[in-house]
Amino acid sequence: MSEPMEPQGEPQPPASEEKPDGGAVWRDITGVGSRIRSALLVPALALVSALLIGGFIIAVSDTDLLKLWGEDPGAAFSDTLALVGRSYKALFDGSLGSANAVSETLFAATPLILAGLAVAVGFQAGLFNIGGEGQMLAGGMVGLYIGFTLSVPTVLHIPLALIGAVIGGGIWGGISGLLKARTGAHEVITTIMLNFIALFFVDYLLKSSIFQQPGRADPISKSIETTAQLPRILGSSYRVTLGFLIALAAAGFVYWLLYKSSIGFEFRAVGYNPDAAKYAGMNVVWLYVGVMAVAGALAGIGGANQIMGLPPYQGSSGFSGQIGFDAIALALLGRSHPVGVVWAGLLFGALTAGGRQLQGAELIPIDLVVVIQALIIVFIAAPALVRAMYRIKGEGEAAEQLTRGWAS
Amino acid sequence: MGVMTAVTVPAGAVKVRLTAEEKRARILGGVYFALALFVLWAFALGVDSNLDATFKLSLPRDRVKDVEWAVNTRLVGYIVAAILAFLGGVQLTRGFAKRGNLVLGIGLLLFVLSFLAWAAAGTSFSLVGMLTSTVLLSVPVTLGGLTGVMCERVAVINIGIEGQLLSAAFVGTIVGSAFGQWTGLIAATLTGALLGAVLAVLAIKYQVDQIIAGVFINIFALGLTSFLATRVLGPNPDLNSPDRFTVIEIPLLKDIPVLGNLFFKHNLFVYATFLLVVALQVGLYYTRWGLRSRSVGEHPKAADTVGINVFRTRYLNVILGGMIAGFGGAFLTLGSTGRFEENMTAGVGFIGLAAMIFGRWNPSGVLGAALVFGFARSLQQKLGILGTPIPSEFLAMAPYIVTIIVVAGLVGRARPPAADGQPYVKQ
Repeated sequence: MSEPMEPQGEPQPPASEEKPDGGAVWRDITGVGSRIRSALLVPALALVSALLIGGFIIAVSDTDLLKLWGEDPGAAFSDTLALVGRSYKALFDGSLGSANAVSETLFAATPLILAGLAVAVGFQAGLFNIGGEGQMLAGGMVGLYIGFTLSVPTVLHIPLALIGAVIGGGIWGGISGLLKARTGAHEVITTIMLNFIALFFVDYLLKSSIFQQPGRADPISKSIETTAQLPRILGSSYRVTLGFLIALAAAGFVYWLLYKSSIGFEFRAVGYNPDAAKYAGMNVVWLYVGVMAVAGALAGIGGANQIMGLPPYQGSSGFSGQIGFDAIALALLGRSHPVGVVWAGLLFGALTAGGRQLQGAELIPIDLVVVIQALIIVFIAAPALVRAMYRIKGEGEAAEQLTRGWAS
Repeated sequence: MGVMTAVTVPAGAVKVRLTAEEKRARILGGVYFALALFVLWAFALGVDSNLDATFKLSLPRDRVKDVEWAVNTRLVGYIVAAILAFLGGVQLTRGFAKRGNLVLGIGLLLFVLSFLAWAAAGTSFSLVGMLTSTVLLSVPVTLGGLTGVMCERVAVINIGIEGQLLSAAFVGTIVGSAFGQWTGLIAATLTGALLGAVLAVLAIKYQVDQIIAGVFINIFALGLTSFLATRVLGPNPDLNSPDRFTVIEIPLLKDIPVLGNLFFKHNLFVYATFLLVVALQVGLYYTRWGLRSRSVGEHPKAADTVGINVFRTRYLNVILGGMIAGFGGAFLTLGSTGRFEENMTAGVGFIGLAAMIFGRWNPSGVLGAALVFGFARSLQQKLGILGTPIPSEFLAMAPYIVTIIVVAGLVGRARPPAADGQPYVKQ
């Protein structure tokens, strides 16, 4: 008894993983909804809701304002509105308000796009790569080493350092892929553990005689040669570097890899159904290693950017700076599609640049941006929640199951 | 047609390859021999033959003072290497059958003993101090692991334990500072319950991918607690200095040498953790609640058919699990340091998750695994004081490397509850 084929595009609630309809298959493979409007509606509402809640958190975490509510509710109300208004304005001024602000947005977006692509590639293959942090550190350290040991012209030095970062990050990511394929160890656990291991290993290396800046006792490395520094592309007063163009090129490469190459087809096939991929003759072991190595390589470039793209051009403890975690929200917001990741990266870059302005002008900790990102994750992952909040008629869209449990 | 190929392919594969168990047995045998050689080279031949290591078995304030155990480092190395080589030989020839993991544990314990004798060669080392801090360090890991057991036994994966611990630690310190430590403890536990409820609603009602729901809880908790720590605790340091729970010494039992320090001179949290392990172990296997929980985790449809409310069971367990994590979070501030620091959990929740897998989804297994992790952490801290040539960063990595080895199945394949991670849809 075989089941009859589902008619293409027939709207049907995708109740279980076994029986997805044509639309769900399409959405799973392309990463975007069948209709543009529907694809953009939930992310847009998610962003707006997250920003509104962020404003609320700013208001209720101000202890002076809280005391004022008891004494003079009217003044407290207007002060609250003023504070939240000033905060949003600072967020805007810091991200888009001037040429320098735009440059800061692109500057902040660069590593975010690269790390976001690393998570997105994983999602496309059904793997949840939380290891962006460790992969950035691994890639960055190799790039750093090449950066201060070689003395060759810029045209050679930058590519060599980046290739080193690709290899370093690729190997670090590949370990998780190999562990998953060979032993079934879940990539969520192994990537998180490899993050911690990378963190301590980097601390160790930065204090070793090979890396450490002479005369320093703390984990600070030598500076890379000027030939390995990524040049600024909009003049020396704006911080955005060649790294941004490299990130865009990486997004283009990922698009080609996933949708135009046969290996990308196998990546997506293994993500959609590993058993089917296996019986279709694909080598699932090497596909897992390959996916995680590509992801690690992308994050590795992001890590190298943190050293080659900004003063003081040195390695320091934990130089990945939580970007590998921000990348998870980013990949979800971009629906794991390279183009979506670029837009989401620009948005998060704007949030980060604006968040720095917010911290400087209003003394509001930049951690607020992390909260906003977390809220974006949950609103995107639970479209039904957003639809319920705004009373939008649902189209029976079930939450996507992007990962698998321990057993697989 | 499809069914036929599905049957023949694995059947062919089995004939050619060794089974996973055989492979594992061979690797283990190799590991024993490698350890034996290493002990012989580094901990026996690598030290002076007349150096002694002195292990202190009592603390300065104990009733029975100055209990010590002095051993010759090289002699210990020889003996341990010989035993390890013997174990390797037995493992390769006839194996240990079901006692494999027990023997592995004993082997590793002997290795650590020899290592300690090497590290403390020519000096003295407070073994009891290290073991006591092992117990303390294993408390949050155990509680995190028990949270995982509660949730995963009903097939809800909880990656958000870390965030639940962190939030509860934060709330515990603020409420504890303002209204006293007992109120703080209750508030922390309720915070855990609230985040458990968030996970439950997302996973059960909205069927959000459970791992993503957990990651949301972690990132949200990290962001919000760091934000509030800077914005609220920074300018109001008196909100971050709660009274801590004091040590309750158990009369008579506390004077037992070694064991007294290890188990009977702690605060409420440590005793409660041990009781909780026992209660959950019994509850899971000998009560109606336990049977229902396990059936919901293994085969929700069958459970539903016989009239068990799958959704209610899942909500209940995930929220109770959150409360356990909340209790663990309270330990971090009210029962331990007495102060909240940004990201103070630093991976404890994830190590708890690994302890759950290592402990094969059993409360008692979780405790055992947590003690192993606690031991690794404690070793790292105490060896820093001894000043061994091993860089402290490598010792700091140890628990995380152990976790990878554990989930990679070197200690044997663990089987999660059958429906783990799958949303249940009522037909």
